Amino acid sequence: MNIRVIQEQARRAFAIAKKDIRIYYYKPPVLISGVLMPIFLYLAFLMGNKPLPVSFLIAGLLGMTLFFTATAVSPVIFPWEGQARTLERLISCPVAPESIIFGDMIASSIFGIVITTIALGIGLVMGAMAIHWALLLSAIILGALCFSAIGILMSVPPTAVPQNIMLLSTLIKFPLIFVSGIFIPIDQLPAAGRMVALISPLTYFTDIARFSYTGEGVFPVFVDIGVLLLFTIILTIAVVVLHKKTMPLRI
Amino acid sequence: MTNVITVSDLTKTYGQVTAVNHISFSVRKGEIFGFLGPNGAGKTTTSRMLTGVIEPDTGRIVILGHNMMQSPVTAKQLFGVVPETSNAYPDLTAWQNLMFMGELYGLSHNTATEKSKNLLSVFGLSKHAEKKVKSFSKGMKQRLVLAMALIHEPQLLFLDEPTSGLDVASTQTILSMLREMNNRGVTIFLTTHNMDEANSLCHRVGIIKSGDLIAIDSPEKLKDTIGQMHQIEISVDGILSEEKLVHLPGIIRVTRKADKWIISADNQDITIRSLVSLCERENLPIVSINTVKPTLDQVFLQLTGGVSS
Ligand SMILES: Nc1ncnc2c1ncn2[C@@H]1O[C@H](COP(=O)(O)OP(=O)(O)OP(=O)(O)O)[C@@H](O)[C@H]1O
Ligand SMILES: [Mg+2]
Repeated sequence: MNIRVIQEQARRAFAIAKKDIRIYYYKPPVLISGVLMPIFLYLAFLMGNKPLPVSFLIAGLLGMTLFFTATAVSPVIFPWEGQARTLERLISCPVAPESIIFGDMIASSIFGIVITTIALGIGLVMGAMAIHWALLLSAIILGALCFSAIGILMSVPPTAVPQNIMLLSTLIKFPLIFVSGIFIPIDQLPAAGRMVALISPLTYFTDIARFSYTGEGVFPVFVDIGVLLLFTIILTIAVVVLHKKTMPLRI
Repeated sequence: MTNVITVSDLTKTYGQVTAVNHISFSVRKGEIFGFLGPNGAGKTTTSRMLTGVIEPDTGRIVILGHNMMQSPVTAKQLFGVVPETSNAYPDLTAWQNLMFMGELYGLSHNTATEKSKNLLSVFGLSKHAEKKVKSFSKGMKQRLVLAMALIHEPQLLFLDEPTSGLDVASTQTILSMLREMNNRGVTIFLTTHNMDEANSLCHRVGIIKSGDLIAIDSPEKLKDTIGQMHQIEISVDGILSEEKLVHLPGIIRVTRKADKWIISADNQDITIRSLVSLCERENLPIVSINTVKPTLDQVFLQLTGGVSS
C-alpha cells in the first residue's frame, strides 16, 4: 500500500462516516442509549445525594457520558447494514474492509465527542473549572476512539438483528459503569471489582478527567494515557481482524 | 478477443451444500454474457465471488487484468455492481445515495455532482432527487441502483436479476439502457431467470445447475445443440410417402401433422438438401419448408432437467 492508496481509502472512510452520521444518529435505539440513558443515570445519581465533591462527580459524569455516547452508534451499524442489505453494496465498492470499520468508528467517536463536549459545557456553566483543558480534550478524543472500538467489537457476532446487539452491549456497558471509578472511587471497591476496574478502559479515562479537574488521580497521568492508548490500539486491531472474518457471513 | 473476466476452478461450499462446483469460464470484452440457472443453482454465489463480496474456497478470478484475491480494491474500482438484493440506503435521498457512491469510487465533488445530475435525468428520477429512497417504488429503486452502479462509468457491469419483479415499462427501460451501454463498449455480466431477456440481449449464455456449469455458448448455438429438437416442417403439393422420407440421410423420426411432415434430424443441413432433391426427383412442388428451432426456454428446461415440451 502506498501513500496515495492510503489517502484514497481514508477519504472513503470519511465518506462512510458521513453516511453513518446521516443515517444512524437519529435511530431511536441510538438516541435511547446515547442520550436518554446517560441523562437518567445523571439524575438517579444526583438524587442519591452522596457526600462526594463536585470535582469528583464531574469527572465521573464525563466518563459515563463519553462511554455511553461513543458506544451508542458503533454496535448497531453492522447489524443494520446487514439487515437492510446495504452491506453487500458497500463491500462490492472499492473500499477496504478497514475503511468501512474505521468509517464506522469515526462516526461513533464524533457522536461521543459532540455530546460529551456539550456535557463539558454544562459542567462549566455550573462552575466545574478544569485545570488541564488540553489534556482533558485530548483524553476525550482518545477515549471516544477507544470506546467506539469497544462498541463495534460488540457487533462482531454476525446477527442481522440490531436488537440482540443492543441488548448485549447494554449488558456489557452497565457493569463497567459501576466498577470504573465513576460512582464509587476505585479504592472503595471490593477486590473483585478492583480487578475488573483495572481492565476497564473507562477507569483510565475517568482518572485522566479527574486529574484534569483536581490535579490528583489514582494512577500517574502518563500511565492512564499509555494504558488508554494501548487499549485503543489493541481493540482496534481486534475489531479489524474479527470483523473481516464475520463480514462475509452477514451477506 | 480479450477476456474481461477469467474464472478458473471456482468453488464455494456452504456446509454440506456445494453452491458452486469447480466452474471455469471467461467473458469477452464487449459482450453481454447471460448467466442462467434455476433457483438455488449458484448464480448469486458466483456473482458475489466475481464482485469480491464473498471469498471463494478455491479458484482464481481475474477481472480486467487484476486478480480479485490479490488486489480486490483495484479490481472493484473498474466495475459497477447491481446486487441481487439491490438496496440503496433507504434513509438517504436519491441524490445522497448517488453522491455517496461517487465518494466511494473516488470521484471529485464536481464530477460526482455532474454525473449524478445526468444519471438522475437519464433514469427519469430528477424530480425525486431529494426524496428519501424508502418512499420509492420498486421500479424507481431499481433504476436508482443501476444509476449508482454507473456513476464512475465502469467498463464492466455485473447485474444480478436486475429486472425481477419490475413491470414491463421499467423492465424495458433497464434493458434498453443495458443495450445502449453495451453499444458503447461496456461488457455486461447479467444474471437472469428470464429467457426472453437472455435470448434477445445476450451474446453468450452460461447455464449453471446445482453448482455445475453445464453449458456455455451463444443462445442460437445452444438451441442447435439440442439434437432431438432439430425439426423441419415440410408440406408439398402431392403425396410424399413416409417410406421415402425415412430413408433419407440423417433422419431420426418422421411424424405427420395435418398436411405437414414433421421431421426430426440430427443434421439439419443434410436433411434439408436431401428433402429438396427428393421433391425435385418426385416432381412435387414444395408448399412450405420451415426449420423449427427450440426456444431458449426448451433448451434451458432440457439442460437443467426440468420438464421439456
Ligand atoms: N449465505 C449462505 N449460507 C448458506 N447457504 C447458502 C448461502 N448462500 C447461498 N447458499 C446456498 O447455495 C446455493 C446457491 O445459492 P444462490 O443464491 O447462489 O442461488 P441462485 O442461483 O442465485 O438462486 P436464485 O435464482 O433463487 O437467486 C443454494 O443452495 C443456497 O441455499
Ligand atoms: Mg440469486
